[in-house]
Amino acid sequence: MDIPRHWRLNKQRYALTGEVCPHCQAKIFPPRDVCPECGGEAKTEFGFSGKGEIYSYTNIYNAPEGYEENIPYTVALVKLEEGPMITAQLTDLGDQPLEIGMPVEMITRKIRSDGDERGLLIYGYKFRPLVSA
Amino acid sequence: MTEKRTDFKMLKPSRPVGIIGYGAYVPRYRLPAKEVSRIWRGGSGGEPIKEKSVPGIDEDVVTMSVEAGRNALARAGIQPEEIRAVWVGSESHPYAVKPTSTIVAEALGVTPYTQAGDFEFACKAGTEAMAAAMGLVGSSMGDYALAVGMDTAQAKPGDALEYTAAAGGAAMLIGPAEDALAEIEGALSFVTDTPDFWRRENQKYPEHGGRFTGQPAYFKHITGSVSRLLEELDRKPEDYAAVVFHQPNSKFPRRAARELGFTSQQLETGLLSPRIGNTYSGSAMIGLTAVLDRAQPGELILMASFGSGAGSDAISFLVTDRIIARRGRALSTEDYISRRTEIDYAQYVRIRGKIALK
Ligand SMILES: [Zn+2]
Repeated sequence: MDIPRHWRLNKQRYALTGEVCPHCQAKIFPPRDVCPECGGEAKTEFGFSGKGEIYSYTNIYNAPEGYEENIPYTVALVKLEEGPMITAQLTDLGDQPLEIGMPVEMITRKIRSDGDERGLLIYGYKFRPLVSA
Repeated sequence: MTEKRTDFKMLKPSRPVGIIGYGAYVPRYRLPAKEVSRIWRGGSGGEPIKEKSVPGIDEDVVTMSVEAGRNALARAGIQPEEIRAVWVGSESHPYAVKPTSTIVAEALGVTPYTQAGDFEFACKAGTEAMAAAMGLVGSSMGDYALAVGMDTAQAKPGDALEYTAAAGGAAMLIGPAEDALAEIEGALSFVTDTPDFWRRENQKYPEHGGRFTGQPAYFKHITGSVSRLLEELDRKPEDYAAVVFHQPNSKFPRRAARELGFTSQQLETGLLSPRIGNTYSGSAMIGLTAVLDRAQPGELILMASFGSGAGSDAISFLVTDRIIARRGRALSTEDYISRRTEIDYAQYVRIRGKIALK
C-alpha cells in the first residue's frame, strides 16, 4: 500500500495534467519541473488535450500483479498531439483492428485495486480509439 | 403573470436557472436480452427490451461520471474552477464509504473550492441532485453546479431485472438562465414511502415487489409529479415538443405517456431503454440528453424521473437559441449508443465481476 504516492499523482493521472516550459514552450509529461528540451525550470501547469496517435503497441497475456483481471490487454506508446510520448493501456477496442498511427483519445478509467477488494481503487488515464461524431 | 397561488408546490427559484451544458455517457458493450433468456429460460418467453449496455471491466460510476461531466463542461464552455458543486446521484457508487463526487471533482479540475456529495434515492438520485443544484444557483450562492445521474446497475442472475439492469447516465451543468441552453420553468416532486424495490446494506442484489412496482409505485408517482407540475405551469401535454420518463423497460414509459395524454411521437426521441436498457439514476437524464441533441429553440421539454421507495421529480424546460452552438461541442448520445460491441452471457459474467479469480 502506498496511499501517499497514489494521492500525489492524482492530478496528473486523472486528467493528464503536465507542464509547459516558459522558456521554449515545450509541453512536458509527466511533470518533472525541469524542461527536457532546454534544461530550464518549468513549473507552469498545462492540461493536455488527450488526443494522440498510436506509436507502437504490444499485447499482454501475462499481467503483473494487480492487473490479472484485465488480460488480455494492450499497452501502447502514444504520441500526444502536443509532443510528448507516454505509455498507457488501451481500452474499449471492441473489434477494431489496431494500427500504428491510429488516432486515440485519453479517458479516465479504473487502473486497478490497490491490494484485494478491500483496497483503494486507483483511477488514471488510458486511451481508446477516437470516437467520432 | 397571474396572482401567485399560496398552495404552489413547484420549485421555482427567485433567480431563474437552466441547463448551461449537458453530457451523456453509455459504455460500448451490449448484452442482447435474448442472451439472458437463452441462459435462464431456454430461449422462451418475451423480452422487455432489445439489449442493454454493459460497462467495461475498467468502468464504474466514477469513470462514467467523469466522461459525462467533461462533455457537459465542453458544451458549457466555462472553466471547471467556476463550478461550485459536484453532486453525483447513483445506487452503484464504487465505495460504501468514500465519496464518488470528490474523485469526479478532482478529475474535472473543480477542486478544492467546491461542494461535493453523493446522492442516493434509487433511480431518482440524479434528478434530486438537479433540484439541489437549482437551489444553489437559484439562491445565487454559486453560479454553476454539476448534477450527475449515473449507474452500473446489478441484478441477481436470472432475475427479471437482469434483462434490463444497464449502465450509463448523464451530467447536467446548472447555471443562470441568461446563459442557459434550456431554461428551467419549474420542477415539482411527488414522494411517498412505498416499498416497491430495495437493497439492504451489504447485500449485492436488490429485492423488488414484483407487480407492486407498477401501479402504486411508478405510475402513481410519475402521474403525481407531472399532472401537478402541468397544472401549476398552466400547460397541457400538447404544448410539449418532447417528454422523457424514467425507463425501466419499454412498456412503462409508453403507458405513462398514454395515461397522461402524451403521444408516442412526443416520447420517441428520448425513449432509449429498448436499445440501452434501464440506466437507473441515469435513465430519465440520458433520455433528456438525446432530446436536447435534436431540440429546436423555443421548444418545451418535460422530464419526469422515478425512484423506488418512492418518488418522482418532474422538470419543465424551455429550449433557447444557445442549443444550436453548444450541442456539437461534445459527442451526442446517439454517437455513444451506436458505438456498440455485442457480447454474450459468458463475457457479461466475466466483465461484471461474477467470476471469482481467487
Ligand atoms: Zn524548455
